Amino acid sequence: MRYDTHTKVHPVGPAGDALPTPSTEIVATRQRVSGAEVFLRSLQAEGVTVVFGHPGGAVIKVYDEMARIDPDFLHVLVRHEQGGTHAAEGYAKATGKVGTVLVTSGPGATNTVTGIADAYMDSVPIVVFTGQVPTGLIGNDAFQECDAVGVTRSITKHSYLVRDVNDLARTVKEAYHIARTGRPGPVLVDLPKDVLLDTAPFRYPESVSIRGYSVPRMGRPDKVARAARMIAESKRPVFYVGGGAINSGASEKLREIAQRARIPVTTTLHGLGAFPEDDPLSLRMLGMHGTWWANQAIQHCDTIIAVGARFDDRVTGKLDSWAPHASVIHIEIDQSCISKNVFADCAILGDAKAVLEQLDPLIQRKDTDAWLAEIDAWRQECPLIYDVDEKLRAQYVIECLRNKTGGDAVVLTDVGQHQMWTAQYFRFLHPRTHITSGGLGTMGFGMPASMGAAFGLREAGSDRPVVCISGDGGFVMNAQELSVAAAHKLPIKIAVINNRFLGMVRQWQELFHAERYSHTDLSDTNPDFVRLAEACNCVGLRATNNEEAVNIIDEAWKVDDRPVVMDFQVAKEEMVFPMVPAGAATGDMITKRIVPNSFV
Amino acid sequence: MSEALILTPQQIKRKKAAGEPIEPGEDELIRQHTITVLVENSIGSLIRVINMFAARGFNIESITVGPTDDLTVSRMHIVTTGNQRIIAQILRQLSRLVDTIEVEDLTGINFVERELCLVKVQYTPQSRAEIMDVNTVFRGKVVDITPNAFTFELTGPTPKIDAFINMMRPHQIMEVARSGRVAMQRNHFPD
Ligand SMILES: Cc1ncc(C[n+]2csc(CCOP(=O)(O)OP(=O)(O)O)c2C)c(N)n1
Repeated sequence: MRYDTHTKVHPVGPAGDALPTPSTEIVATRQRVSGAEVFLRSLQAEGVTVVFGHPGGAVIKVYDEMARIDPDFLHVLVRHEQGGTHAAEGYAKATGKVGTVLVTSGPGATNTVTGIADAYMDSVPIVVFTGQVPTGLIGNDAFQECDAVGVTRSITKHSYLVRDVNDLARTVKEAYHIARTGRPGPVLVDLPKDVLLDTAPFRYPESVSIRGYSVPRMGRPDKVARAARMIAESKRPVFYVGGGAINSGASEKLREIAQRARIPVTTTLHGLGAFPEDDPLSLRMLGMHGTWWANQAIQHCDTIIAVGARFDDRVTGKLDSWAPHASVIHIEIDQSCISKNVFADCAILGDAKAVLEQLDPLIQRKDTDAWLAEIDAWRQECPLIYDVDEKLRAQYVIECLRNKTGGDAVVLTDVGQHQMWTAQYFRFLHPRTHITSGGLGTMGFGMPASMGAAFGLREAGSDRPVVCISGDGGFVMNAQELSVAAAHKLPIKIAVINNRFLGMVRQWQELFHAERYSHTDLSDTNPDFVRLAEACNCVGLRATNNEEAVNIIDEAWKVDDRPVVMDFQVAKEEMVFPMVPAGAATGDMITKRIVPNSFV
Repeated sequence: MSEALILTPQQIKRKKAAGEPIEPGEDELIRQHTITVLVENSIGSLIRVINMFAARGFNIESITVGPTDDLTVSRMHIVTTGNQRIIAQILRQLSRLVDTIEVEDLTGINFVERELCLVKVQYTPQSRAEIMDVNTVFRGKVVDITPNAFTFELTGPTPKIDAFINMMRPHQIMEVARSGRVAMQRNHFPD
């Protein structure tokens, strides 16, 4: 089929650290085409280069048109829709572009719920297209009907049910716009089957206008000036940096300001990589499993400059006693995060990068030597350490991976102890090189997300290795995607930190539940990870001691045409320290195995 | 909304420690607020607004929805309660929804607020006159009458409606229907 077409070159994607890929696509046809084709042409016009999906009855027409219009269209057939959503998240986080998911109605839609919730909590831009029963059957309990918009209403930034094929292209355009801009987040678009079968001429809108939706950018100048004064007057300032800084591409500006003014920087889990952790000003991560010195710095500072962070409970612990002496400057794009948990003495609504650029000329060199010396004393007092002996330990494995890559890798984790050790020991240097499930804490995130990230890096022509660090518990939850990654020859390095336990839960049981290890022992139900890898056309390797660990990492790095699963059999009794027990005051951090009575 | 009024317990503690004055009770006082929201006229948009209240544990005392002069836009009136900090959160969470076009807290500014109610009251030959007296005082309308019951219509501010219903309570109230509140900012006199 031939089209009368207009073409348009896409503007380069969003902020600084993103990896954009401009494309030239058809944006209009004169003939009437099917809704399914309108949908696919819209994706192409939007610059979508990869879709993670799974077919079914409600979207069969889309798959049919996909084969007909563009057999080279990159659709990744995932083996579970949850895996598809996490892959889209990994793709989005690694590239700064919007991830795309396509699934069928009913069970296809419900299987995406966890991934959507995850993306909502962690501000990840994804658009999830769900098939739906024909509009005439909606509400009839038809076969594979599920009110996808209703089910996901409180976990999406926005959602649409498309009732008319003439609204389809505009809806796709709006969905991507909303997912990408402001505080990013997931958008769901429900596509009834009859809308996909109906016909209309295709015209992709040039721009969007949504009257209730505006995106803050620059901060109010008076507030920026006030913030600059507060910083100038402060004696003990700290930057507290979250994922918003990375989303907006603010890392470079942040580094310039912090280094000029000699202000130390601590980051949240999602902020890792926003500021190089090998810089002497880096305090590393704060919060529940953050460093002793970062938390001490917060407890003693007089000014907190929060950039794209939301004062989450894993960061603050007990609010009443958190940062008792601090005035708070809060640079934030989402108004609902301002003064939600912690009062902002100076709140600046705006894009982190734009506001830091406004702030930049107002910030002078400061003398913070005394303050930095004080922090250094805390750093000496309680460094991050673990036992090095004949046992293989998770922390050692992570340090080996760090040495192998020199920090130049995109590291994805699952959820649990290994996630915290990665945050503590990897020492991240660059934005978008640390990707994890923080807000929802979704086990099963790591493996499929690393697949998505690998697609993103491949498309951008980056040769940074993709390293997935997972627990043995969480890895199994979405291990089905291994064979998909293998089919696409993605050279992901997967380190399974295998402690034969649901380690993080085990840790709490040991510390707070009298060592009753109720249902956390996995030794009877864990698969053989090496054979599992091989069964999925991946390479499987195993290490049981320090020397083997180093060796299999070397071996893994030689494989470049498929994923490698490294089964690191580590000591099971290892715990993540330091730790602020849930709900406790940050000042009451446990730095080693001794537990104060009050927490038992 | 003034930022200075939004105090967290942590902030109050900090101010106390620094010996700074805190307006007594100002921050923690739980008050009723009437919030008006202009939203895209679709069921989905309305549900999103209501769902936000439910999902975040905010309270709704009364809610009304109706079209405006622009048929693509609905106006919602939500009466809710909370201290300054919670109300500020509610306003921010509302503004953040994609489908909300305008959000305003009318409380504290000069506005008119009205509610409509219908009350069906049983009467006997003995009570009839007294019931009618109450109605006259409140300037209600009789909209239906049968040999044993009146139906009254009354509009006014919520306390007036409450008082009317309370006055009718000693008699046999058969049914009450209230509209919930609608409100509008008073116009300024031109200078
Ligand atoms: C889907 C899901 N279910 C349950 C949990 C609760 N949870 C948090 S950490 C954890 C243990 C994870 O064990 P594993 O994957 O082996 O990692 P480890 O902690 O041992 O490193 C569990 C069960 C969760 N976060 N996600």
